Amino acid sequence: MSTSTLALREAHTVVPSGAATGRLSPWQVWGLILIAPYVLVFLVFVLYPVGYGLWLARHPSSYVKLYEDPIFARSVVNTLVFLIVGINFKMIVALLLSGFFVQARAWIKWLSMLFILPWAVPSIPTILSFRFMLNPEWGVINSLIFRLTGDDGPNWLNDPTLALLLAILVHIWKSLPFWTLILIAGRLAIPGELYEAASVDGASPLQKFRFITWPSMQTLYLTCTILSMIWTLGDFNSVYLLTGGGPADLTHVLATLGIRYLRLDEVDMSVAAIVCALPLVLPLVYFMMKRLSK
Amino acid sequence: MRAVADEAKLLLVGIPVLLWTMLPIYHLFLFSISPKDSAFAGRLWPDHPTLRNFEFVFGQKHYYLSHFWQQIWNSLLIAVAVGALTLFVATAAAFAISRLRVKGGRLIMNLSLFTYFIPAAFLAVPMYKTMGNYGLLNSQWALILAMVTIAAPYSIWVLKQASDKLPYELDEAAMMDGATPLQLFRLVYLPLMTPSLVAVGTYALLLAWNEYLYAFLLLSKDTDITLAVALGNFLAADDSPWELLMTTGLIYALPPAAIYYAFKRYMVGGLTAGAVKS
Repeated sequence: MSTSTLALREAHTVVPSGAATGRLSPWQVWGLILIAPYVLVFLVFVLYPVGYGLWLARHPSSYVKLYEDPIFARSVVNTLVFLIVGINFKMIVALLLSGFFVQARAWIKWLSMLFILPWAVPSIPTILSFRFMLNPEWGVINSLIFRLTGDDGPNWLNDPTLALLLAILVHIWKSLPFWTLILIAGRLAIPGELYEAASVDGASPLQKFRFITWPSMQTLYLTCTILSMIWTLGDFNSVYLLTGGGPADLTHVLATLGIRYLRLDEVDMSVAAIVCALPLVLPLVYFMMKRLSK
Repeated sequence: MRAVADEAKLLLVGIPVLLWTMLPIYHLFLFSISPKDSAFAGRLWPDHPTLRNFEFVFGQKHYYLSHFWQQIWNSLLIAVAVGALTLFVATAAAFAISRLRVKGGRLIMNLSLFTYFIPAAFLAVPMYKTMGNYGLLNSQWALILAMVTIAAPYSIWVLKQASDKLPYELDEAAMMDGATPLQLFRLVYLPLMTPSLVAVGTYALLLAWNEYLYAFLLLSKDTDITLAVALGNFLAADDSPWELLMTTGLIYALPPAAIYYAFKRYMVGGLTAGAVKS
């Protein structure tokens, strides 16, 4: 919002500013009292920790140590794979599925109620459930493989590439319903007449998507992708609870790496790793701030 | 004929979606009703379904479960405290910013939005050190305050969006009648905002109940930890009784699922509007 529209809005407000008398009006006093609890929370639990964290991360030596730690480089690569491959795959599936869920059928309505479950339940029990399914000796997946082929299945979580892909899959399982829901809302906001008119003109389903659905949804889709990337950067559970960062610390992402250093009592490395992630986070946050504070 | 083909195409998507969604949840449920030795057999339904696992969990009849009731109580207490405190902080702030137009309100709103976008796992390390400095480590207050910090920004944002939609003539009329700001808050604002307040309270409550990372960093004593941390600790041991772990996990997952479905009406509207404004 520009300054002029802001001033215009202020002029319309019914609340007397009190500026004319030089004192604060009771409305402003109450405003300050009511906003105080949050300001206090912000100062004590956001501003101070962030400042303190940056202060702890001030030694250049921590970054040298970090640079020399092969686990750090691996974590950066894993994080990028998680974001670029995982999130884009998830969002494309969510976009396609949203097209499925807007079909008017009673059974699809019921299915959508079940489909939301992964998002409605806490992540620990279901991630543990995944972990047990994947157990190489007695997990249900390898039992099935053994029964069908007579061979032993792979040792899923012992292969770093496979383990990382499975962590991404668990993340997708958990958050796909949420994004599908948002994109369903986006699709339902498109006026039905557009599709009817296109049908009259003999447009194919692909043309309808290309010329009606996508143009109406592309901003929403981009916003969702960015927001999902920010949240995924902070996704500790999918990796930590499934692989624990193993085997041999090869499946860490930045979210779990910071905690790993903290557990090893290397706080300077921990905060330095987070500071290194900032060039990745801040542009995304900037984009979201611009979109939301409009 | 055409309709049948369409229906078949939809089923071709629907059935894999159903299997994909339910597989881990069904697996969890299957474990909880299976006797210990047949839990690993890889069958679709146990030969002798049993409630023995629930009896073990509720009776705290295993070393890992010796504080089950205490831990579920901790989870509940912390979730309710976070829900109530977040509601208080966020409602007051949103009212001050949106209705009273407090000076600096826009700045506070932007700072709070910025906090919302800091990935929680990144704030966890500085938060842990800070709680140490404040002498709050291993106190449940540390977790409650940390979760309020995380839940408040989104709550303020949702409440401000909803509040901005209320007509300003209401405030004007109330002022004409000589209402004080507090009366406006109590008699006009709160009743009109009820649906959003329910959504925000539920959001904060569920966020706290489901939280693992912060709970696991900030709490350590067996009698202080939440059920989420207890489940994580189970995992650390090699001799974990899986069927009991899965049963506990199922019990832990049921309340949030029930709350979600009960308040779905409020949640879906608020969250879809809130997460992405396009």
